[in-house]
Amino acid sequence: MLLIYCPYCEIERAETEFHCGGEAHIARPSDPEKTTEDDWVEFLYMRSNTKGIAAERWRHIHGCGRFFNAVRNTVSDEFLNIYKTGEAKPDLEAFAREAGK
Amino acid sequence: MSDLLASDLVTPDAGEAPLLGLASVSILKVAPLTRFSFRARTASVKKAGAAVGIPLPIKPLTSETATKRAALWMGPDEWTLLAPEEDLQAVVTGIGSKLGSEPHALVDVSDRSEAVIVTGEKAAWLLNTGIFVDLSQEAFPVGTVTRTVFHKAPVMIWRIGPDAFVVEAWGSFMDYVAGLLIQCAQELEAA
Ligand SMILES: [Zn+2]
Repeated sequence: MLLIYCPYCEIERAETEFHCGGEAHIARPSDPEKTTEDDWVEFLYMRSNTKGIAAERWRHIHGCGRFFNAVRNTVSDEFLNIYKTGEAKPDLEAFAREAGK
Repeated sequence: MSDLLASDLVTPDAGEAPLLGLASVSILKVAPLTRFSFRARTASVKKAGAAVGIPLPIKPLTSETATKRAALWMGPDEWTLLAPEEDLQAVVTGIGSKLGSEPHALVDVSDRSEAVIVTGEKAAWLLNTGIFVDLSQEAFPVGTVTRTVFHKAPVMIWRIGPDAFVVEAWGSFMDYVAGLLIQCAQELEAA
């Protein structure tokens, strides 16, 4: 069982309270009228599916209900950083270097 | 039970037999009460508190109580407000008139969930048969409230005394939650 820190509840809780929401920092096209089909495909379906250090959206679905972001090593399952929605994407390469990957 | 937090609000249902009555732990159904889900932006929180007659807690996982009122932190912009059954309209009118056109949501969810009070020296032990949360008094002092999972059902737990918890579950899950609590308590009888 993993323990995951919720930045809104400010506490670690069991992973069964959480739900992974996929890759983080994928911005919805700001002007749908001018967005091409290829751009929609990119936004809706294309994900980097990283093996290693990745930024993901997580939701404390059985707690405060809020979405937040986390940097996780998808190989070891280790959580390296947790930050609130709206905060800038951390430097993933720095985390990768630190992890020795 | 008069020394319990919100004991004038969350009371055992006099018409219902206790679900469990052991020397070390008992389970009592809570009488009906008014429940609201309230959501608002930071700028409106103070005014809303004034309207309800109780400051809305800002610190995560905490609660505030006053005479016949309780406000429970559910999330950074979400609270559960409790009041007696007959005060439903008073809370709606109070918040409506104070907040006016400020964006907020006040939803009557009184009948969405049911609650039981779990009391006794083994209360925390019993909840921990299905909840992975540290319920020691250091980590989870009186007044702490949280949503979590009991076995497979989403629940809300609120510590209203050193050995007393309110456990709320959505109506259709309550048989499951109460049933499993009673079943797990049989271990105490056997011991
Ligand atoms: Zn949370």
